Amino acid sequence: MRQRRLRASILVVLLTLFLGMGFAAERAAVKVTDVILATTTSTVDTGLLDVLLPIFEAQTGYKVKPIGVGSGQALAMGEKGEADVLLTHAPAAEKPLVEKGLVTNYRLVMHNDFVLVGPAEDPAGIRGMKSSAAALQKIAQAKALFISRGDDSGTHKKEQELWKKAGIKPGGAWYQESGSGMGQTLLIASEKKGYTLTDRGTYLAQKKNIALEILVEGDRDLLNIYHVMQVNPAKFSKVNAEGAQAFVEFMVAPETQKLIADYGRDKYGSPLFFADAGKSEEELGK
Amino acid sequence: MGALGEGLVEAIKMLVTGDPEVLEISLRTLQVSGLATLISVAIGIPVGVFLALKRFWGRELAVSLVNFGMGLPPVVVGLVTWLCLTRYGPLGFLGLLYTPTAMIIAQAIIASPIVAGFTVAAIQSLNPKMHYQILALGANRVQFVWLLLREARLGLLAAIIAGFGGVISEVGASIMVGGNVKGSTRVLTTAISLEISKGRFELATALSIILLAISFLITALLTKLQQHRRQPQ
Repeated sequence: MRQRRLRASILVVLLTLFLGMGFAAERAAVKVTDVILATTTSTVDTGLLDVLLPIFEAQTGYKVKPIGVGSGQALAMGEKGEADVLLTHAPAAEKPLVEKGLVTNYRLVMHNDFVLVGPAEDPAGIRGMKSSAAALQKIAQAKALFISRGDDSGTHKKEQELWKKAGIKPGGAWYQESGSGMGQTLLIASEKKGYTLTDRGTYLAQKKNIALEILVEGDRDLLNIYHVMQVNPAKFSKVNAEGAQAFVEFMVAPETQKLIADYGRDKYGSPLFFADAGKSEEELGK
Repeated sequence: MGALGEGLVEAIKMLVTGDPEVLEISLRTLQVSGLATLISVAIGIPVGVFLALKRFWGRELAVSLVNFGMGLPPVVVGLVTWLCLTRYGPLGFLGLLYTPTAMIIAQAIIASPIVAGFTVAAIQSLNPKMHYQILALGANRVQFVWLLLREARLGLLAAIIAGFGGVISEVGASIMVGGNVKGSTRVLTTAISLEISKGRFELATALSIILLAISFLITALLTKLQQHRRQPQ
């Protein structure tokens, strides 16, 4: 019995040591090289970061932890100092953070566009319309099913902007919130034959699984603009300022911008993003 | 359903060619959920034994709490663990968020009540006369508990199987505290949910098949241990 107890306690001690070592190793690793990137799901779901991050990591030695969440959550993480660097697509929600000095080094990276998609039958008759706000008005008038993200993501924020511009407070049985990511929402809209607002990249990635067509595109209001910014180290002492700055510089560097501009060309026939570093927001879409 | 068939083909292809990324994700899944299960056993079995054998005021409430804990929603565990581990949270100084360790902690929180609850049931379902029998044979306290545990082996292994099954299939907590970081905290369940978002259903199906296979293998192994020498003598 005593021997057995001894063996058991040795096992426990070894296990504790093993776990302890794990903890220690990770803590050491976290301190030096980790960069937490809070970002929108579209940069993850389109696979763009899978291409860019290994290059950044090889160049700088930092290890990026991309946390793909809605832009709303990503910005909230930045606001609390829980991330080092943000890559989001909700300019209207980003500006207050810049103004409050919570983030610095706010740089335009790229854009693509949102599109209004819906079933081929197009019950509200919006195909080919030039104004997205007018198209939403027609959808509301027809009480045609519209699936909203409803998750405070960049796309959801954009959708709310457009409804506001259309002068409509959407609600009722025809307006449903999926509460899920873009990919899932497209699947739901496709199954239910509803309209939805999507970024073009996720639409192209999901295209083969869904029966939705692009009905309205090209409106200046539908620009989807991505900015990168670092969480201000002067406000939050725990952020990895050097790593965050390196990432911002990397995203706007000419070589990276070229990778962004070429990304998706081979797979989808057209690029998923347009590289915009150094431009101003007003210049886009002209 | 094309995706199911293609997924099966893809899964077999991955297994045959030993796709390094899938291999790495599978290994990490085993590591994370295995360690979490070990920890939950180290916590759950002693707690379960204590609750099963000791009579004290508030015991029923404690058992109720454990039983309640068996159904803890993983996403709630994930949220609470996340809040504790954030940089400016109470345990932020540990710097554990978005590491496999954070996932192990969250999963251990999910599995511990499951193991404890099953342990209480397993020990209490033994014939009470056995207690006197063992004591009458002159066993000391440790021997007494040890013999009870041996007798309750069937139920205890069910406890471990349930705990492991609970965490290897869990996605809400893992994605929240792990962040689904490629090469670091991506496990099979979080990888599956990512591939679904990406619209790659074949790959998601393939990963699901691999997850089910791994889960089955481990469970079968534990079941073998459980049923071992349990044939009618």
